[in-house]
Amino acid sequence: MTGSTPDWLIRLRQNAGLASAIALFAAFYLVYNMAHPKGFSPQVFVQNADEAFALVMVAMAQTLPVLLGGLDLSVGAVMTMVNCLASHLVVGSPLQIFFGMTACIAAGAAFGFMNGCIVVYGRIQPIITTLATGAIAIGIALFLRPKPGGKVDEDLSWALTNGLGDFAETYHLFDDGKAAWFQPIAGIPVAFVLLILVVLIIWVPFRRTVIGRTVYAVGSAEGAAFMSGLPVNQAKLAAFTLAGVFAAIGGLFLAIQTSSGNADIPQANSYTLNSIAAVVLGGTSLLGGSGSAIGSLFGALILRVISFNFRIFDIPPLMQSLVEGLILLAAVSLGGLRVLRIKNRLELFR
Amino acid sequence: MTAATLKPRRFALAADDKPIVIASAFIVVLLMIGTGYTLATQGTMTLLSPNYLLQQLQIGAFLGVVAAGMMLVILIGHIDLSVAWTLAAAAMMATTVGGAWAIPTGLAVGLTVGVINGLGVAYLRVPSMIFTLGVNAVMRGLMVAHTGGFAPQTAATDLMRFLAAERIAGIPMAIFVWLGVSVVIAIVLKRTVFGRTIYAIGNREAAAYLAGMHTRGVIITAFAACGMLAGLAGVLLAGYSTKAYQGMGDAYVLPAIAAVVIGGTNILGGRGKYLGTVVGVILIVLLNSVLSIMQMPEAGRQIIYGVVIISMLLVYGRNQRVTS
Repeated sequence: MTGSTPDWLIRLRQNAGLASAIALFAAFYLVYNMAHPKGFSPQVFVQNADEAFALVMVAMAQTLPVLLGGLDLSVGAVMTMVNCLASHLVVGSPLQIFFGMTACIAAGAAFGFMNGCIVVYGRIQPIITTLATGAIAIGIALFLRPKPGGKVDEDLSWALTNGLGDFAETYHLFDDGKAAWFQPIAGIPVAFVLLILVVLIIWVPFRRTVIGRTVYAVGSAEGAAFMSGLPVNQAKLAAFTLAGVFAAIGGLFLAIQTSSGNADIPQANSYTLNSIAAVVLGGTSLLGGSGSAIGSLFGALILRVISFNFRIFDIPPLMQSLVEGLILLAAVSLGGLRVLRIKNRLELFR
Repeated sequence: MTAATLKPRRFALAADDKPIVIASAFIVVLLMIGTGYTLATQGTMTLLSPNYLLQQLQIGAFLGVVAAGMMLVILIGHIDLSVAWTLAAAAMMATTVGGAWAIPTGLAVGLTVGVINGLGVAYLRVPSMIFTLGVNAVMRGLMVAHTGGFAPQTAATDLMRFLAAERIAGIPMAIFVWLGVSVVIAIVLKRTVFGRTIYAIGNREAAAYLAGMHTRGVIITAFAACGMLAGLAGVLLAGYSTKAYQGMGDAYVLPAIAAVVIGGTNILGGRGKYLGTVVGVILIVLLNSVLSIMQMPEAGRQIIYGVVIISMLLVYGRNQRVTS
């Protein structure tokens, strides 16, 4: 075997979690589209992308604290908080809308930064910190929106939750989206494009910085990272801040999608718990140090495509939680079977 | 031993006792604030009446039983997120079966779920966070399928109602149940091999294993006890509200974890006293009650709740910095 293992195979082995998440998603999604009467059509893609976007963002948010070896129980609450904030701010003139959206993202970033400060300087465990700050975020959300309601700019809402063609038509770009060269891509969902942009503009560059690498190093061995002179504190602050940003993007999109704000506590909790499940399905280790936000993206898509399949096959939605739970348990238990291969039982303890 | 050698000992505060003392002091402060408020607005001292305090303890008993089990799991360095639907499932199955077998059924449901959690964590080495999360989803699915998603029509038995809602000599029975659970857990943690093994595993599992302790068995037993106590809480809660309902356990998971941690138990395991958990439960219940007496809107309540947890832990829950 020495020297003969091809490069791509090594890479595949290193990313086995991500690869199986993609495969699982592809399989489910293929089945869904084949069973759907309008399968493989832009309308279906648009609808699916819109429904998946918020959870994908929250799952990506959860990834960063998990990579550090912690957990963020406040991601769903931050998303809800920004959702309520957006229902106040994202209206009016284009300039007001722009500043409103910026303020929403900034609010999420500030909240994440506060989480990071408590973890770094207060030296309290992330899971407990975020359990408490999650309550604070829900409190702020309830303060902003005691009752569901509010309003989001209708043009924006329409433009961002449909295909690129509708986006161009709303904002009079490319001859109202009628330009010949534009037609092949007019059916692509805007949410999908936004997702790619978030990954390419935020996640990929972040991962390649020293801070990004340090996040992984801290998750693997914090002591070693510190002794190597890596910026451990900055990495933790950056990870939590970025988690806040991702959660805020999710909340902002949810507000744009539903045209309202809703301080829904059960919804916030279910987003948080689903984000943990998505992170694990995406191949990120809960012990920290390995995995990626892209994996979580597919983890979240798996969770969403399961519910799409429920709709299309007319299975009573009552069974959904059961099936989701079983798939999650099966996935983690399959991963757990590696213990059978371990020869020295001391390697089990970490 | 002379009195002189004993004296400094009596006044030195052990590291494990500091959270308990501070949390207890905070409870007194809470009572004072609440009493000040009622004195100013109604001219009464409702909060200091025995009836009010007993009522708070009765409400606290449900959270207390859940937190007792949660503490065992946290002490071994794990966490149980499945208590929400374990509790609800136990309550629903108990009311479904009814009759004399209602309570044993509820406890058995809890025990079974706990054992499954324990097997997954001890043998498959799946992180407890995600395994219990999956089990929670499965239990929720099973219960929703069982009830059709509606509130179950079945009612709690008389014995369940008696245990949860009745009073003996003016003292609610639920407090006796909580007291019984507390005494057993405190003795088990302090005086039995099982209890000491729990602390050992929480401190360093590999060392406990090398020392010849039955780490797997203890982990499974701790999860089983946690599940069974969640089941007991479900039975009690169903008795208190005379029936089981959807999502009845959702409001107990995070407060139970918070109560355990406020009581000074390390969230990573290995350290903490049971008395602290009791104090933590009382603190959380009282905080909620005082805020609702002050007619604080839900938004303010949530914010104050979060701020209190963070501030308490900033005072005594800080970790060492990892530098090597």
